[in-house]
Formats: sequence, C-alpha cells, structure tokens
Amino acid sequence: MPSFVIAEKCDGCKGGDKTACMYICPNDLMVLDPNAMKAYNQEPDACWECYSCVKICPTQAIEVRGYSDFVPMGANVVPMLGTEDIMWTCKFRNGVVKRFKFPIRTTPEGQANAYKDLKGKDLNSGLLSTQEAEGMVLTTPQELA
Amino acid sequence: MALPNKPVGELKAVREPEVDKRDVDVLIIGGGMAACGTAFEITKWAADGTKILLCDKAALERSGAVAQGLSAINTYIGDNKIEDYVRMVRNDLMGIVREDLIYDLGRHVDDSVHLFEEWGLPIWKKTEDNKNMDGKKGLKLGTLKDGATPVRTGKWQIMINGESYKRIVAEAGKLALGEDNILERCFIVEILNDKNDPTRVAGAVGFSLRENKVYIINAKVIMCACGGAVNVYQPRSVGEGKGRAWYPVWNAGSTYTMALRAGAELSMMENRFTPARFKDGYGPVGAWFLLFKAQTVNGLGENYAASDAAKEELAKYAPYGTAAITPTCLRNHLMMKEYKEGRGPIIMKTSAALAKLAETMSKKEMKHLEAEAWEDFLDMSVGQAGLWCATNTEPEKKDSEVMPTEPYLLGSHSGCCGIWCSGPEEDWVPKDYKWGYNRMTTARGLFTAGDGVGCSGHKFSSGSHAEGRIVAKSMLQYLAAEGDKVTGFKETDQELVDMIYKPVYNYLDHCAYSTAESVNPNYCKPAGMAMRLMKMTNEYGGGTGTFYMTSGKSLEILMQNFEYFREDLEKIAAGDLHELLRAWEIFHRLYTVEAHTRHIQFREETRYPGFYYRGDFMGQNDEEWFCFVNSTYNKETNEWSLKKVPYHKIIAD
Repeated sequence: MPSFVIAEKCDGCKGGDKTACMYICPNDLMVLDPNAMKAYNQEPDACWECYSCVKICPTQAIEVRGYSDFVPMGANVVPMLGTEDIMWTCKFRNGVVKRFKFPIRTTPEGQANAYKDLKGKDLNSGLLSTQEAEGMVLTTPQELA
Repeated sequence: MALPNKPVGELKAVREPEVDKRDVDVLIIGGGMAACGTAFEITKWAADGTKILLCDKAALERSGAVAQGLSAINTYIGDNKIEDYVRMVRNDLMGIVREDLIYDLGRHVDDSVHLFEEWGLPIWKKTEDNKNMDGKKGLKLGTLKDGATPVRTGKWQIMINGESYKRIVAEAGKLALGEDNILERCFIVEILNDKNDPTRVAGAVGFSLRENKVYIINAKVIMCACGGAVNVYQPRSVGEGKGRAWYPVWNAGSTYTMALRAGAELSMMENRFTPARFKDGYGPVGAWFLLFKAQTVNGLGENYAASDAAKEELAKYAPYGTAAITPTCLRNHLMMKEYKEGRGPIIMKTSAALAKLAETMSKKEMKHLEAEAWEDFLDMSVGQAGLWCATNTEPEKKDSEVMPTEPYLLGSHSGCCGIWCSGPEEDWVPKDYKWGYNRMTTARGLFTAGDGVGCSGHKFSSGSHAEGRIVAKSMLQYLAAEGDKVTGFKETDQELVDMIYKPVYNYLDHCAYSTAESVNPNYCKPAGMAMRLMKMTNEYGGGTGTFYMTSGKSLEILMQNFEYFREDLEKIAAGDLHELLRAWEIFHRLYTVEAHTRHIQFREETRYPGFYYRGDFMGQNDEEWFCFVNSTYNKETNEWSLKKVPYHKIIAD
C-alpha cells in the first residue's frame, strides 16, 4: 500500500524546520519537490506501508492506496495520532466503517527517564546499570546438562 | 542530530563530495532496538570525555524493525525459568544454538521491558478476575516491576499497545546519548581494519543521504547492528507489493556484510525464516493462534496438523518434532505437504474461533475482542488491516488465508543466522564460546547485537534492546583494555571517497551515452540489479518458486551467477543520493545472501524443513551435522572458507 500525497493539502512543510515525511520515512522514500513545494513518494514499490509519514504529516496530506498488484480498490485506513492515543478509521470497500482508539503512551512526550544521573560502578560485572543500582545478583544456570 | 532535509535543489549526486572526518572512541552503527539499548546504557559506564557516535541510515524515531510499532513483546521471562527459555529456543531451532548467549539474554531482558513501561509503553494487565485491561486502563493495577500481571498470549509473549513503541525507546536513547552524538541519514557501508593488525577494526565509512558528503570515521571500538536481510529472495508480490515484506524492507543485510568483510566469522547462516502469515498483507498470526485459539485447516477443511500423517511426519524430526510445541519450521513443513499434495490453500478459521469465544462472552466483551483483533494489525502491520477492508473481511464472518512468505535472514526472531560472538566470561560458559568480551565477534573490537548475533534466536524487540545494553558494557571493557592498540586504517581519504562514490562516477561518466538513462550498456542500475538478485536466489537457492527446494547442482549454478553479479556491481550507477543508497544496499544484500547459500551448500542435510530443503540430502542427519557451521570471507582474495564447529549442551533437557 504505497503512500501518496494529496496535492491540495501538502504545503511542503514550509512553516516548519523540516519536511516531516522526508524526515521520518525509514526507507528514504518521501522527498520534497522544492519548486512545487510538494512532497511525493519517489519509490512506491519500496513502501512498507508503515504509515510513519501518514502519522507525522501536519496537514493530513498523506494517505495510502492499496498495492496495485493485489489489493482491490475502494478501501482506506486512516490514522489520527494524538499525544496519548491513536484513532483509526477503517473504511471497507463495501462501505462498512469501523473506528478504533488505542493508547500509545502513558507519559508526556519527551520525558522518558533516561537515568541521566545514574553511574555504573563495576564495569566488569555482568549487571546492567539499573540492575546494579537495584542490588540485583546475577543468576547463573542451575539446571546444567 | 537530524540533518537538514529541505533540499536546496534535487538530491543529485556530484563527483566531488565533501569529506567529513570524525575521530571517536565508540561507533554505534544502526538505530534500531539494539542500538537504542546501547545508546541508553553506554552513558552510564563511559568515562568522562569518551567520544561516542551513533549513525543511523534513517531517523531514530522510526527506524529498524519496530518502526511501525508492535502489538506484543515476545520475550518477557517474568515468572518463568530462564532455563525453560533456553529449552524453548533450542527446540524451536532444531537443537543447534548457543545456550550461553540465550541464557545471558534471558537474565537481562526483563529489565529492558520494565524500562519500556516506565518510559510510557502501555502494557496490558490481567485483573484479579482474569479480565484483560489495555495498557492505559491497566495502569491502576501497577507496573510489571511491582508485580502486576501481564496478559500472556503464549508462555513468553505479553500484549502491549505498541504503536509508539519505537518512538518511546528511541526517545530514551536519544536523551541519554545526546542529539549531538547521533547522525541520522548517515549510511555506513564498510568497516575498516587496523593498518598494523588486520584482525582488529579501526573505523568505518559511509555517506549522507541528504547532502553530497562522505563520512570517514576513526573509531577504537564498533558495534554493527543494522538488522537482518529482506528482499534477498523474490517476494511473492513482485509489483508495488514487493515493499510489503514481512520484515522491514530496508533491512539490507548490512550487519552481516559489513562484519564478514571486516573478517568476522559468521555462524549458522544457513538458517532462514519463512514465516507463515496472512497471505499478501503479512499480518501477524500469533494472537489469532494464541489469544483467540483459531485453527488452520487445509482446502478440504481438515485440521491437517492433527492428522496421523502429520504426526508420522513430525516423528521423523524427533526429538524436536515430537516435543509439546512443534518447531516453527516443522509447522511450515506440514503446510508445504498440504500444498504439494494438492490440498491447499491453508485457511485460518477466524469465524469459528470468534464464534466459540462468543459463547461465553457478553456483547460488550465481544466488541472489545474485535478491537483487540484489529489492533493486532493496526499496531504493526497496517497494510493487513487495509487488505481486510479492501476484501470486505470481517474476521467474525469471513476467514482468511495463511501462507508461508519468501525467506528472510535474521537472528532475533524465529531464526538464528548471524555472527559468531563471544559469550560471557563466566565459569559455566565453555572455553571455545568465549574470548574476552561478551558479544564481541572474531574481529577484535567489532561487536554486534540483535539480528547480528548468530545462534541465539527468539530475542525479539525486548531481547535486542537488552543485548544492545550488554554490548555497551563490553565495548567499554575493550576500550579500556585494548583501545590504545588501535592504530588507524591504511586507506587514504581519496581511496575511500572513490570507493563510496564509484556508482556516482559510473553514472556521470556514461549517462549521456543513451537517450534513456535507465538503459545503458556501460552501467547497471540498482532497481534492475535488485530484481536480478532475487530472481536467481528464488530459482536456484530455494525460494518460493520451488517450494523452498534446492540441491547441490542448483547451488553450483547460483554461485556462478553470484560471481557475474559481483563483477557487475563494479558498474552499478547512481545518479542521485537515494540511488546511491540503493546501490550500496544491493552490494550488502549480495554478500549476505551468498553467505546464506554457501552455508546451505556446505551443510549436507535438511535441518530446517519448511524453511528450506536440500533435495539431495533430505532429513536431519545428527551423526554428521549436529554442529554449527561457521564461515569466513577474505575480501582481498574473494575467498570463502567454511567449517564445522562443535556444539556444547549447557542446559539439561
């Protein structure tokens, strides 16, 4: 299901510091045509349909159209990514619509505890930093052959 | 740090790229779960002033196999015994695994899962009256670390709301390491050996995907963890759908190729994974089997896996085939038998499974269950949800087809190919399994994790993260003890630029010759070479085209084709930076899949029926082949050598 950009909605992220889809695509597919100031998918047959570009697009300009070699036309799956949840609208070929909402994270974005002040003590032990800090004892196999 | 990615023009490649030289202590190549684990852990142990650099060919927030998200964490030990984890992995992988590495992973993996939960990953919980709560509602039941009960689908798997799994894990890694120490859109393509001691690594080179720039990096110790290999065999969909690979399509075998070219020994590269998934969309089946208890039947509607014929077939692969849990390859093998004998296709009875659950559930509970089924796809394989919508498939009304995919090479899922690595320096680890630094390859100073570590499958996302953390400590041990022995590499800047930008030179030298730039007798393009490689592996190397069957003669032909291919890569041409990425990826894919097929050629038995068959050596042959197969490559002479390596059983049956 390659992603595609709706021309009318894409503004090339001209107000932002980066072109969002181009920044995020794990496979380097999304590019900006700087003359038209519109993004496009430069290699649709290498698209994993991971939806990273769809989810990040600030103007909801990107959607996905089913792969031409096996997907019947007419369906659509559209996400709306929030800070705590994601909403999905799944539209069937026959018109059935299903909506789902799932949590995505339980902490405020940008505030994952990176344990910046934690310093390990024994570099040569088999314990990871947080295990060492908790006083864990490294186990060894007991049921030996 | 994210590179500016508003191009001032098109991203055309030029003949004279800028050179950006870096001098660091630790280089982390890759940005997936393993590399994020290393990024988090390494700052806790590094001495002040240690220079660390992480290079990711994509953006950390959505790179690697977890980019899209996941609906489950497949390795969480919890109340289980680590010894049982080793037994499970050993049986699934037909006996030949590194039990030291697997045990070591098992004793660290839960710590990473606990961190994920602290960072904000929603993890499902079980209530006291055995109801499932999603990761948000379940918060009130406490954390796993404090003893809350996860929702287990299988013995080792726990359910999550994992759409943002990678974003959360990357965020912690980024915060720990610092954005200034991270280079995104930097594709490292070759690791360089030390000029005075070629058994040691001393640096790496790569290029920017956003500007004409070559990175030349001196490093004392390196981790190479760039995932497995996808699109090395022709996928079932060869049009637009070839991007809909089961594993991430951007995994180009870079881990294995860079390591083998640096002299690191590979192990069990004959192992592959051909997962049985929902046909075409490649959505996950685990929750359907384990959570919803769905059955698969053949085209005649028979539960073929429970037949006497199936039991008889499995008995040929004892003790693995007769174990309580049938190994993944043998489950595929039973499917292949149905296809070959004309009883396909294989159908997952989703409707019957949901009808059965409805007998004991309220309407509200069934509604919840329906959402769980859809979330399983939407969290990690949205395209499958799209395919269900496009084919009007409501799983309670219409069943879906399941089919084994094309082959993949990986070491973290239900496969175990990879690099031969040292285990922990502990008494219980056999002598020939350890050489000083946990997870160091046989190239000194070169480490790997996740898909890179061979003979140790079933670590999945959580295990890969934990393994990256283990490597962080090992690398610093090496840096302290041997860092001053690294003297740099012999290649000059110009030689390296010429190597990296060769495809650009090829293009610029010849592109004016013909009127259509894609058809030119003086060069080949990555798109065509990608199809050429997949066609030859599919036809001769046991791809889907032959029901995964190959033979000594077929492999001999394939080797000749590989050699033509390798020579032709000298003429690969790239007119822009995206094409240069593809040119180097195809280079990486070639060496990786060649290693794979050389191992299949060497191992004269069929150890993993259902994943591949040696038609001339059917059946497992424990007498001759109950051992690892390891290989090395010499890039100066283009010579491969393969050997048997003894297996040691550490954990009792």
